[in-house]
Amino acid sequence: METYTLEIILIAVVAAAACALPGVFLVLRRSAMLADAISHTVLLGIVLGFFLTGDLSSPFLVLGAAAVGVLTALLTALLERTQLVKNDAAVGLIFPALFSVAIILISRYAGDVHLDTDVVLLGELAFAPFDRFAPFGVDLGPRGLYVMGGILLINLAFIGLFYKELKLSTFDVGLAAVLGFAPAVVHYMLMSLVSITLVGAFDIVGSVLVVALMVAPAASAYLLVNRLPAMLALSTGLGALSALTGYLLAFLLDASIAGSIATMAGLIFLVSLLFAPEQGVVAQLRRRARQRWEFAALMLNAHLLNHEGSREAEQENRASHLTDHLRWSPEFASQVITYAQRSGLIAVEGDHLRLTPAGRQRTLKHYPSSGTLEGT
Amino acid sequence: MNQANLAIEITDLTIAYKEKPVLWDVDLEFPEGNLTAIVGPNGAGKTTLLKATLGLIPPSAGQVLVFGKPLRQQRRLVGYVPQRGSVDWDFPTSALDVVMMGRYGHLGWLRRPGKAERDLAMQALHSVGMQDFAGRQISQLSGGQQQRVFLARALAQDAAIYLMDEPFQGVDAVTERAILEMMRRLRDEGKTVIVVHHDLQSVPEYFDRAVLLNVRKIASGPVHEVFTDDNLRAAYGDRVTRLGAAALPQLEPESRAGLPVMGK
Repeated sequence: METYTLEIILIAVVAAAACALPGVFLVLRRSAMLADAISHTVLLGIVLGFFLTGDLSSPFLVLGAAAVGVLTALLTALLERTQLVKNDAAVGLIFPALFSVAIILISRYAGDVHLDTDVVLLGELAFAPFDRFAPFGVDLGPRGLYVMGGILLINLAFIGLFYKELKLSTFDVGLAAVLGFAPAVVHYMLMSLVSITLVGAFDIVGSVLVVALMVAPAASAYLLVNRLPAMLALSTGLGALSALTGYLLAFLLDASIAGSIATMAGLIFLVSLLFAPEQGVVAQLRRRARQRWEFAALMLNAHLLNHEGSREAEQENRASHLTDHLRWSPEFASQVITYAQRSGLIAVEGDHLRLTPAGRQRTLKHYPSSGTLEGT
Repeated sequence: MNQANLAIEITDLTIAYKEKPVLWDVDLEFPEGNLTAIVGPNGAGKTTLLKATLGLIPPSAGQVLVFGKPLRQQRRLVGYVPQRGSVDWDFPTSALDVVMMGRYGHLGWLRRPGKAERDLAMQALHSVGMQDFAGRQISQLSGGQQQRVFLARALAQDAAIYLMDEPFQGVDAVTERAILEMMRRLRDEGKTVIVVHHDLQSVPEYFDRAVLLNVRKIASGPVHEVFTDDNLRAAYGDRVTRLGAAALPQLEPESRAGLPVMGK
């Protein structure tokens, strides 16, 4: 593999991992849409930072972006507090307002500078290796790798240090406040982190697709595991996997790398949604189907139990009788009998159905009134 | 009552949302070592009173003192049990982990919980009969079990004062008994337990003292002094007193509708 290819993959993997970490807390706080908003409004911070410094690679651009990111979260919260608009509408009102100011500023005053709206929206990973980090003329690799690597380390350090505070204020904001953990401060620290991450990553995958890297891996991990440390680890891993497989997909289709990575992140979520072990759609369908059969077998058992030992038992407790009295179709009746027999609940002797001791016990547990009747 | 042992002293507390008072000039004293119910009709400001006491809602006027000092200096003395519905039980964590959050206040910023916190949390789970569920994902607990986990978390706070917001809401009869016994045990250890409560009927049986609230403070003191026809009429309107205090179970049908029928 060429160094060029390797560098692209490395940048993408590191960027995806860096996005996936704060994404976990956004998803758990039900603020995923805030990532979308901030990914756009940070542009205003970059533009203002550029006007102040006149330098597109100044670190003040990142600071400006972080400040506007926090401002976005703050304004959204303020608008929501008026109780005149709901949260989703508040996000939808604040972010175009700030974003459009940025667009106007760029088109009016920075038309000749490389603040290209296309690149901002879509990013261009393929060009990332051309931008080198070369202090004193020594080439140390692509600049993007250092930027995203640095952001990944910042995210790891922040979550490592404030893990307890982040967890508590996400789960129970009231207790966090009572215990003196200033949940508002924690919230805006997280929002600064989200903003910095988005600024770093949107250079590479663009401001639209970066949201996929922040939300999709976390949402997938949420379905697959049920402990926070596992969710953080898996989210990071799935982000990296999306980047890796996304690059391959782009190579195969000769298509946009950023688009392919976001597609893979979406596909991984789709697979999680369908096949998650407990909450997945397939697992739910199977559970429902099993419950249906179990309940049908229980109905059959209750019927057998009711007539057991009585004079009409010979008549009632026959396979052929189920279609007449329980109004079951012959196919369904024979399927239920097979299911109940295989589960060891009933014994079939010719046409006659008899409860096994296990079947009787199970039925009495779910159908206690017949048990008490027998007991008295 | 010994004035020196006031667990909580509230003076002239007014809370307003946009000029609409939710609590109006409330003076209250909670003597140490009592089990007190805060009761009143819907919208009376019961939860608001609790949250203001905890510093979660800023007062428009008035102040709250905890053992004679502002709450800010006394955080470790106050244990909090929020309404069960106030958190997301799908959060990816275990029962034990939730209980350990009760120790976070003692740890302070940045310090991580360790074996000592784990042991204390386990002990707290034990005292609410939930030790077998320590590793269980919290969404897989029943409502009553979730409530017990919240109580265990408050126990782990090892506080002097416990403020509980409707701990009996939506729990089964067994859990209701367990919660009541735990509250009495705390009281007998000299702790102060203050409970927002919805069920007037059980107040005389469960509690030592009561605060009757309806935006204003109607009455506070020992339950038998507070639960008079006049006071109940002042809090709940004529509907109640025409039936008389003896017919309390029929009160306030709309607010009882969501509660489980007790003792069945």
